[in-house]
Amino acid sequence: MASSDETRLLVSPSHCSSYAAAAGTAFGDPRPSCSHGAPLTSPHSFHMMSKTACISPQVSDCDTQTKKENIRSLTMCGHVGFESLPDQLVDRSIQQGFCFNILCVGETGIGKSTLINTLFNTSFEEHESSHFCPNVRLKAQTYELQESNVRLKLTVVYTVGFGDQINKEESYQPIVDYIDGQFDAYLQEELKIKRSLFSYHDSRIHVCLYFIAPTGHSLRTLDLLTMKSLDSKVNIIPLIAKADTISKTELQKFKVKLMSELVCNGVQIYQFPTDDETTAKINASMNGHLPFAVVGSMDEIKVGNKMVRARQYPWGIVQVENENHCDFVKLREMLICTNMEDLREQTHARHYELYRRCKLEEMGFNDMSPENKPISLQETYEAKRHEFYGERQRKEEEMKQMFVQRVKEKEAILKEAERELQAKFEHLKRAHQEERMRLEEKRRILEEETVAFAKKKATSEIFQSQSFMASSATVRKEKDRKKEPGYRLELLCFDVRACETNDGRYDADASREGYNTRGQHE
Amino acid sequence: MDRRDYVPCHMDTLRQSPSPCSSRPSSPRTPPFEMFGPVGIEAVLDQLKIKAMKTGFEFNIMVVGQSGLGKSTMVNTLFKSKVWKSAMPSLEVPTPQTLELHSVSHVIEEKGLKLKLTVTDTPGFGDQINNDKCWDPVLGYINQQYEQYLQEELLITRQRHIPDTRVHCCVYFVPPTGHWLWAGSPPHSDTAAPPPPPALSCPDSLRPLDIEFLRRLCRTVNVVPVIARADSLTIEEREAFRSRIQQNLKTHCIEVYPQKCFDEDINDSILNGKIREQIPFAVVGADQEHLVNGRCVLGRKTKWGIIEVENIAHCEFLLLRDLLIRSHLQDLKDITHNVHYENYRVIRLNESHQLPRGPGWVNLAPASPVQLTSPGCLKVRRRAQKDSKDDEC
Repeated sequence: MASSDETRLLVSPSHCSSYAAAAGTAFGDPRPSCSHGAPLTSPHSFHMMSKTACISPQVSDCDTQTKKENIRSLTMCGHVGFESLPDQLVDRSIQQGFCFNILCVGETGIGKSTLINTLFNTSFEEHESSHFCPNVRLKAQTYELQESNVRLKLTVVYTVGFGDQINKEESYQPIVDYIDGQFDAYLQEELKIKRSLFSYHDSRIHVCLYFIAPTGHSLRTLDLLTMKSLDSKVNIIPLIAKADTISKTELQKFKVKLMSELVCNGVQIYQFPTDDETTAKINASMNGHLPFAVVGSMDEIKVGNKMVRARQYPWGIVQVENENHCDFVKLREMLICTNMEDLREQTHARHYELYRRCKLEEMGFNDMSPENKPISLQETYEAKRHEFYGERQRKEEEMKQMFVQRVKEKEAILKEAERELQAKFEHLKRAHQEERMRLEEKRRILEEETVAFAKKKATSEIFQSQSFMASSATVRKEKDRKKEPGYRLELLCFDVRACETNDGRYDADASREGYNTRGQHE
Repeated sequence: MDRRDYVPCHMDTLRQSPSPCSSRPSSPRTPPFEMFGPVGIEAVLDQLKIKAMKTGFEFNIMVVGQSGLGKSTMVNTLFKSKVWKSAMPSLEVPTPQTLELHSVSHVIEEKGLKLKLTVTDTPGFGDQINNDKCWDPVLGYINQQYEQYLQEELLITRQRHIPDTRVHCCVYFVPPTGHWLWAGSPPHSDTAAPPPPPALSCPDSLRPLDIEFLRRLCRTVNVVPVIARADSLTIEEREAFRSRIQQNLKTHCIEVYPQKCFDEDINDSILNGKIREQIPFAVVGADQEHLVNGRCVLGRKTKWGIIEVENIAHCEFLLLRDLLIRSHLQDLKDITHNVHYENYRVIRLNESHQLPRGPGWVNLAPASPVQLTSPGCLKVRRRAQKDSKDDEC
């Protein structure tokens, strides 16, 4: 039972050490946690931040004026526990996985894939590419690497056929297009209405390793042009490939020459960041070693009593991980261990934003309207959309009109054809009628003749019977003969098609209709 | 350096020729490449930490509840500092007649880590005679923060780090009425509270005001309900009250944080399941120190004893603090950013098409808050599909 009930307000204003601005210099004065038995009246201990070198306690009033954002720094008495925040962030990142995209630019056979293999200590399957590509292509491959609990999705993009053509004017354009394409894909995703950025596979190139051939003289024109066109789009780290072909003194001179040429031509290569104290020194020193002279090898040679990655020559062994032999270790250190996150951030915050701004301005968006009033992307987007719909409406109308017109024309043509057909039909009908009348006429005549003949026959028979006695033998013959000719009457129907009439014999077609006329002549 | 067996894996060739691809489904889960030795990829975690320490963190919390429930005291206790200059309303300042929102920002620092904390209070909530639509100002404020962020994001030239003022978490204080279930009364039933009429089939422990407000709020922000002033309830009453509140929430389909639909995998489900059993936490806030058994503790002193705030047997303040700060702070921010903000954005971008077109239509009128809380369901997936987290554990 606590008898001495001393109560005391926490954070009495007079004990505050400083009320400074939010962003920079505030440092807290957390008292020792009172629940651990510290006596009530113990002196306060300063808790110095590991980073700030100077301590400037300003005893100020509790009601000190707030900064323009109304932010004050607060001192806490006790352990709240949010120093686990970075761990929470790291946990989330581990769950999501990391993603890193490297672009390797260099001519065929300069050792790009070998270097990547050596860097990541695995053997990605690669086929050697031929020298006979008609134009530069980019080949991208994604691998999943895992080291302890960190999952890395690594995408490596190689240029195939770079520098192989006779006419190299179009060499760097595919690379630029590819990089822009990745930015564009991300921008599209970001501008969507229903988007899923957290699960989007980020394919923007984070770093470009540029392989310079170890001539020992100077930068080639193609290299210069390519780097110049890429420097505002991607972080470039220039490397001297196959560095085991240059001696140390030549290498030094070569490096100096290269850097001066790059500076003269205004090529902005990636500088390792020096604003953070933990990495400033090492980054600054590495900046002086650019471009890194690298050697790549996956072969293991026994040196001393260890197996190391090296290249074996008759005159010696070049060890990849020996700092005296080449700068490979520096490259790996800088690229992966120290600055991977910074590379990604630069890509997102600088290069991507630049691309986005240019692209949107190109599409006609602006932050300020012509009257200098701020308008938002949304408003411009709406204006464009409205315009677009209007345009589309108009085009639809046009197409409709055209369609209607065409239909009308077609209709007219068809009507015309119909009329013609009708006329023809009429004509044929008339011709048919006439023909029929003629045939009727003929028939009538024929019938009259038949009647006349029958009469004649009758009268001749009477005569016959009268003179039958006289000459019966001869009359019989005449009768037989006279019985023979039989006129069979068949009307021929005229067909539109021309039928071949051959000796009075007609086609089977012509006899298709109901009644035929066939006169058989003997 | 020992050489492990190299396992040829299926290479994921996503594209062979340069062509921009819009979002693709995530690649099939392939077994990772075997590396022959350490490369140093792990160092990226340290890089992340360093970057995080440099830029600092932001956290915005809103406390909602009737006056006198101890909101300001609770905030002070949570962050162990005087966030509000005075928790007790001074006599000169009259109680506000309408619902106002007060925001205060502080930068607190612990072990070199800077946290910019913004606390929004809602004095006057539920205090009027007619509390109809009292959630409008609150929702309006929340949507206004989303709107601000959206406008910043849509600029052509935007800042490197968009200041995040969106409300990450809303702590809702439920008054400890402790109404009984009509079926069966607790052992110590000498307190008042007559059993509710049998006509009520499901007695609500949450008042209509609470239910209405929670229903609307849960769709736009992460809500953590707490039972305020829990020192007026005994342990049994507390448990009964809590379970009834949980039932009420389920009946009215109110999804409080941690939402079940966002559980990523088994571990999350187990962890969050435990938390969900305890929601709403019964908390007591205190910012005065007392001496108990030679130790100095935060607590409330009464004639019948000292209620220790940080004693798990007395109240569940520690659980609340751990949830909000130590374990789920990043998660709260993630859900706000990936789900609530995206939902707002979708609604906002879609509805701007419905605006009338005329010569002066370019100025978009800000949407009213009520329209925006349309009953859309929360997005179910917020992260990439399941990974081999199972492999890791």
